[in-house]
Amino acid sequence: MESAQTPNQPGRLIGGAGQRQVQLPLAKAFSIAMQNIRVRFWRSMITAAGVMLGIAFLGATFGQSIIEENTPVKNAQGLSAQQAQIQKEEAKTRQNWLVSMSLIVCTVGIANSMFMSVTERFKEIGTMKCLGALDSFIVTLFLLEAGFLGVIASFIGFAVGFLGGVLMKIFQLGPEALEYLPPLRAIQSLGISVAAGVILTVLATVMPAMKAAKLPAAAALRSEI
Amino acid sequence: MSAGSGHEWIVRTKGVVKEYTMGGQTLRALKGVDLDVRRGEYISLMGPSGSGKSTLFNMIGGLDKPSEGNVFIDEVDMAQLDAAELAYLRCRRIGYIFQTFNLIPVMTALENVTLPMIFAGVPSDASAEKGMQLLKVVGLGHRYHHKPTELSGGQQQRVAIARSFANDPALILADEPTGNLDGKTGTEIIELLRTMNKDRGVTVISATHDLKMVDVSDRIVYISDGQIERIENREDIKISLGEMHGSGGLAH
Ligand SMILES: Nc1ncnc2c1ncn2[C@@H]1O[C@H](COP(=O)(O)OP(=O)(O)OP(=O)(O)O)[C@@H](O)[C@H]1O
Ligand SMILES: [Mg+2]
Repeated sequence: MESAQTPNQPGRLIGGAGQRQVQLPLAKAFSIAMQNIRVRFWRSMITAAGVMLGIAFLGATFGQSIIEENTPVKNAQGLSAQQAQIQKEEAKTRQNWLVSMSLIVCTVGIANSMFMSVTERFKEIGTMKCLGALDSFIVTLFLLEAGFLGVIASFIGFAVGFLGGVLMKIFQLGPEALEYLPPLRAIQSLGISVAAGVILTVLATVMPAMKAAKLPAAAALRSEI
Repeated sequence: MSAGSGHEWIVRTKGVVKEYTMGGQTLRALKGVDLDVRRGEYISLMGPSGSGKSTLFNMIGGLDKPSEGNVFIDEVDMAQLDAAELAYLRCRRIGYIFQTFNLIPVMTALENVTLPMIFAGVPSDASAEKGMQLLKVVGLGHRYHHKPTELSGGQQQRVAIARSFANDPALILADEPTGNLDGKTGTEIIELLRTMNKDRGVTVISATHDLKMVDVSDRIVYISDGQIERIENREDIKISLGEMHGSGGLAH
């Protein structure tokens, strides 16, 4: 690709065919993304904390729900098998509702913290466009940063939240609570939480970043927050 | 004009109009601007605040599109360039300097200067070497590892100037480069730009309120209310002022 470019002539703006900006290699974008996270460490941590909290909430709900769902209904009150079944169904609906609610809460939390962190960098996006960054490079950069933060924060958030939820159940039911926690369900909820965390983080970052990258550079430069 | 006149004009604007629409109201920031800029020239755009200097600067630099009219660079209509061609142009052929410096805050002075070279695909050691050399030219070789927040306004603007020269551009666009600097630092920055213009043959178009700029400009374009009011050659001003004051120097 590079070889097809006509060399620049001093003093002239337009050189001829093939003078098109090419996408930077991914490795370069990756190293710039990592530098952005490292240098903005505390800002990145605060952003990541927003994701962590959301996913911790989701993890805690999962931990409690799974145990509750698998706790056998005590038949002390002499319930019929049918009534016990109904009670179990009701518990399940309630748990589903709780998980959905916590998913919404965590979506709002993550979207808020990621939106803020992109908006405060609109001017930087405008500057990079002036220096020759392609729109796709800017989006890649934010995608990598968000993906990295999302993965780390989701794992930590899940670990903290899930453990917390399970501990609460242990306090409530005693150590046998652990018997009602099928490992497969635990792994499944880890998968769901991390996927939700990463997808939400990336979406909430890339959507505004794409919008800013598409703006004329002058408009991105003007934005002050 | 000679037969080779196609090579003479680096930038020409033809009937450039820019309208901004806000809340149903339309504001005409530029009302049909025709400006021809010669290769190697040093031009100052002068005019009161809100007269449209930055708007014109954005049109010439390909940072925004005119509502009507055309901007030609090397006789090519900028509207014909696609995103990748525009990015190439912004990366390697035009250097931008802003009133607010616009350095990348997380990067050191050297990283800021090398960023355009990275975008141009220059290998890291070659770009670092050239970055250091440019920082030395602007007198900041010893501060290469400092972040923008650790530099004074004048120093940040020097970094921005070094950055604008990273890929040996043909055109430097400077929007009030001395606007946030004190008088002495402003003069140094202007002199630096003039030296680059003289030594490297780079065309400079600079928007300014700063009358010191008159001293170094080949032509001064006065803009008022979105239109070109008049254009003066420096020689003419020198002569008229010389007659008035009985000396060749400017009062400013
Ligand atoms: N993005 C925008 N949206 C709406 N109006 C704008 C926008 N950019 C500029 N304007 C308006 O266009 C006019 C010209 O603005 P411009 O920034 O070009 O002036 P200027 O000559 O650079 O002024 P200054 O010397 O203060 O920088 C002003 O009235 C301004 O309010
Ligand atoms: Mg302005």
